[in-house]
Amino acid sequence: MAMINEPLYPIAVLIDELKNEDIQLRLNSIRKLSTIARALGEERTRKELIPFLSENNDDDDEVLLAMAEELGVFIPYVGGVEHANVLLPPLETLCIVEETCVRDKAVESLCRIGAQMREQDLVEFFIPLLKRLAAGEWFTARVSSCGLFHIAYPSAPEALKTELRTLYSQLCQDDMPMVRRSAATNLGKFAATVEAPHLKVDIMSMFDDLTHDDQDSVRLLAVEGCAALGKLLEPQDCIAHILPVIVNFSQDKSWRVRYMVANQLYELCEAVGPEPTRSDLVPAYVRLLRDNEAEVRIAAAGKVTKFCRILNSELAIQNILPCVKELSTDSSQHVRSALASVIMGMAPILGKDATIEQLLPIFLSLLKDEFPDVRLNIISKLDQVNQVIGIDLLSQSLLPAIVELAEDRHWRVRLAIIEYIPLLASQLGVGFFDDKLGALCMQWLKDKVYSIRDAAANNVKRLAEEFGPDWAMQHIVPQVLDMINNPHYLYRMTILHAVSLLAPVMGKDITCSKLLPVVINASKDRVPNIKFNVAKVLQSLIPIVDQSVVEKTIRPCLVELSEDPDVDVRYFATQALQSSDQQMMMSN
Amino acid sequence: MNNGGAEAAVAPVGGPQPLEWKFSQVFGERTAGEEIQDVDIISAIEFNRTGDHLATGDRGGRVVLFERTDTQDHVGHRRDLEKMDYPINRHPLFRYKTEFQSHEPEFDYLKSLEIEEKINKIRWCQSAYGALSLLSTNDKTIKFWKVQEKQVKKVCDLNVDSTKAMGNDPIVGSSISTSSKQYMANGGCTSNDFSLLSGGLPSLRLPMVTTLETNLMARCRRIYSHAHDYHINSISNNSDGETFISADDLRINLWNLEISNQSFNIVDVKPANMEDLTEVITSAEFHPIHCNMLAYSSSKGSIRLIDMRQSALCDTHSKLFEEQEAPGSRSFFTDIIASISDIKFAKDGRHILSRDYLTLKLWDINMDSGPVATFQVHEYLRPKLCDLYENDSIFDKFECCLSGDGLRVATGSYSNLFRVFGCSEGSKEATTLEANKNPMRRQGLTASRPSRSLASPSGVVRRGKGADNSAVDANGNTFDFTTKLLHLAWHPTENSIACAASNSLYMYYA
Repeated sequence: MAMINEPLYPIAVLIDELKNEDIQLRLNSIRKLSTIARALGEERTRKELIPFLSENNDDDDEVLLAMAEELGVFIPYVGGVEHANVLLPPLETLCIVEETCVRDKAVESLCRIGAQMREQDLVEFFIPLLKRLAAGEWFTARVSSCGLFHIAYPSAPEALKTELRTLYSQLCQDDMPMVRRSAATNLGKFAATVEAPHLKVDIMSMFDDLTHDDQDSVRLLAVEGCAALGKLLEPQDCIAHILPVIVNFSQDKSWRVRYMVANQLYELCEAVGPEPTRSDLVPAYVRLLRDNEAEVRIAAAGKVTKFCRILNSELAIQNILPCVKELSTDSSQHVRSALASVIMGMAPILGKDATIEQLLPIFLSLLKDEFPDVRLNIISKLDQVNQVIGIDLLSQSLLPAIVELAEDRHWRVRLAIIEYIPLLASQLGVGFFDDKLGALCMQWLKDKVYSIRDAAANNVKRLAEEFGPDWAMQHIVPQVLDMINNPHYLYRMTILHAVSLLAPVMGKDITCSKLLPVVINASKDRVPNIKFNVAKVLQSLIPIVDQSVVEKTIRPCLVELSEDPDVDVRYFATQALQSSDQQMMMSN
Repeated sequence: MNNGGAEAAVAPVGGPQPLEWKFSQVFGERTAGEEIQDVDIISAIEFNRTGDHLATGDRGGRVVLFERTDTQDHVGHRRDLEKMDYPINRHPLFRYKTEFQSHEPEFDYLKSLEIEEKINKIRWCQSAYGALSLLSTNDKTIKFWKVQEKQVKKVCDLNVDSTKAMGNDPIVGSSISTSSKQYMANGGCTSNDFSLLSGGLPSLRLPMVTTLETNLMARCRRIYSHAHDYHINSISNNSDGETFISADDLRINLWNLEISNQSFNIVDVKPANMEDLTEVITSAEFHPIHCNMLAYSSSKGSIRLIDMRQSALCDTHSKLFEEQEAPGSRSFFTDIIASISDIKFAKDGRHILSRDYLTLKLWDINMDSGPVATFQVHEYLRPKLCDLYENDSIFDKFECCLSGDGLRVATGSYSNLFRVFGCSEGSKEATTLEANKNPMRRQGLTASRPSRSLASPSGVVRRGKGADNSAVDANGNTFDFTTKLLHLAWHPTENSIACAASNSLYMYYA
């Protein structure tokens, strides 16, 4: 038994562990199934390993999932495509298990294998498997079967094709809603493989069944089928069969179905083409924008720009814009927020005049919204509108909005606006920034919340990058350095952090002349936390400044800190000294 | 109140014959003098959809499963048998299948609250591929359990001698990963070697597995937690097979069975100011057929029907069922006894059965003016409400159930009694049974008349008096408010009832 020679030992252990009690070891072995297969050789893999795995179907779901995945890429290890069929039985059992993710993976693997199999093998092995699953006793088997038709159908002979279509239509009317949902989900894929005459008759009647299902969970999946089927049909058939369904769905009793339509409308428009879109889908879309259910309006509002893009500006102004105006004062903040996140994109579509006349008032009212997310969403897309009408028209309203957000009592809101400050600065220009926003940026450095101070320090650096060192020297550095004298040590620490970020941007001259003295000075601070942060900052400054400065200023300071009574200060000072030593060795 | 009774009295006598209930089985019967452990008291009972399995939950957080034994030989033919029109002379028999610890006592450190392990509700899910699955919940946490047969296997014929492997266990453990990686690293050339050998490396072999026996294994697949601020009173599966709801005192959440980290709040009755709170949710259930409909009951005695299609937040109901109180009948206890403790949809989805403290009411969902029938469960307690309030019994939450054919309803009472009423038109069936090996004992004792009208006040009074008398002579446990029969379930296809008398599960058939 123990006659395994040395090089084989790891594989032997791996094989044994396929049956270990520890699930982690079993998982590990399954993940290395290809290694085991190569060691056993193709023939023994076919005759021993695969049957062995087939019996392993009551293992834990995690192991089964891994097995389903591995088997999908196992064709090379069983001797190539001509032997691919031996992989089907274990995957067939995995298609029936209770756990959804295992079944999904098994179906995926079966599709992958089926796509490579030879045509006669598909007919001989794959299609019988599909038929067994589709007629399976457990609903799980029938659910899985729906995802395999599109692989089997193209290779089937004519008689079998008819049978497969009948089978699928039975699945569309199954007792179990889970099966019907799976049939609805996979209908598009299957339809793509079906010949045009059958498409118009058989598939459309299945589609019809699904769109009239009692369960809205089934109907809403059929919505997705609309777009997929529409693309397969001839334009006139699409208008005759799909368009009425979409229009019906957009007035469905169930808000979830209408929500799906709102979400999918763009794809649906693409499927039916521009003309019917204008005549039939615009009214449908307008209804969705005015839906009773906020969730539907949220979905519809989020598609406003995308939808307007496929219309001409005249139609958009005539039909969509009035709704947009209503939505901007919607009772649900989430609707307004969804609208605010896309509405700026309408400016290029409507053109300058319409934007100024129609959109600008909406922008302004959204900028004054009581809900900060709405305002933030507008500000985040400022660049899009700037290209069309310029910023001047907005700047008067922008500033109060920004100031209010900057002082919002929720720190996450303040954080969000800080993130946009560099964008705003680049859009608004130096002049505007100097007057209005500079003070705000300094104020954030003294925020009560650490995350804000941290973001503020980063913001200062990004502004210096945006406007250049000269501007920063004038407008940022003096103000920042002033704050090093703040009585609260946490704020002094923020400044040290800002200095370490600014130094690389400002270059070595300014660093040596302005920043370094401040840091050195801070090493005399009475708070140890400041002192060890000084050590850290000094370490970060070493690569920026000249060697002479390191020798003359930084090292003496670090040496002094390395003899500090506080253990942390000594630790970081020593760290910094060591890194400066390394720096020297490298440069030498 | 007497609407239902009056109707029943006026309607022509007929309908199905009253059922003759017989004792079938008992599990965990108490022997005389045995003290009941609190953790053993049954707190939930539920048949699965086919009626082939029964689950009970107890205060100790355990779930016990029973399986039907009398149909196993011809499961496939059962439908055929049912189609044939001769009586089947057997009744459902169950045997213990397995049990598992579903919930453990927990402590919420943030709120300094102890969370009991007591199972509040059990609901079966669609079973697949031989695995049984069910949801169980305590006050805060819902769990999805899968119970499956597992083969206990003996593995032999290993490549590596197990004794040797044991000896250098830690080394084996660490060497596997490293050495197999080495192998992978130069896998290119070694694999060529392997393919040269036809049949691979003959010295390697797969382990031999022999099945010794099969064992039932319960695995917790998902835990749906942290979604309820208040105590969960009900869970209910949707007919779409993919979602379920959980209801606490103030909110109802909608879950997807596959997703345990998010749920949607669909009903929220919490007022902005908790001082304005006048009504709480007591029970909620999905419609058995329409996936978009659900009903929930309140402490004010109303049932609200919700259509989830109308809106994502279902705070506005589409139908409200409540009974106008008779003028002048108000008392201190009116609101308390009106509180609905349980609602159940009939299998056809047309009717809702509700239980309040003194009555069972049957509602037609197409008629919101009032219940179609009212059944007095223990009207004789009405004069004693004051005592019942004193000892908190008035807040007991009795469950109710309907037969699969929708012709009868049942609910529990005190002294381990439960009552079965016929609810088809004209039926006067009203049986009182005791959870005992001799269920009809009570019937004899109180000399109840099978012909008496359901809700006839005189009949009730007589019943009450009879019981009062029996309090003297019987076992001394009559009107024993500590022996209450709260939980019971009706088999989905047959006339069989499972009910819990403290720690014992009694089964009856007719």
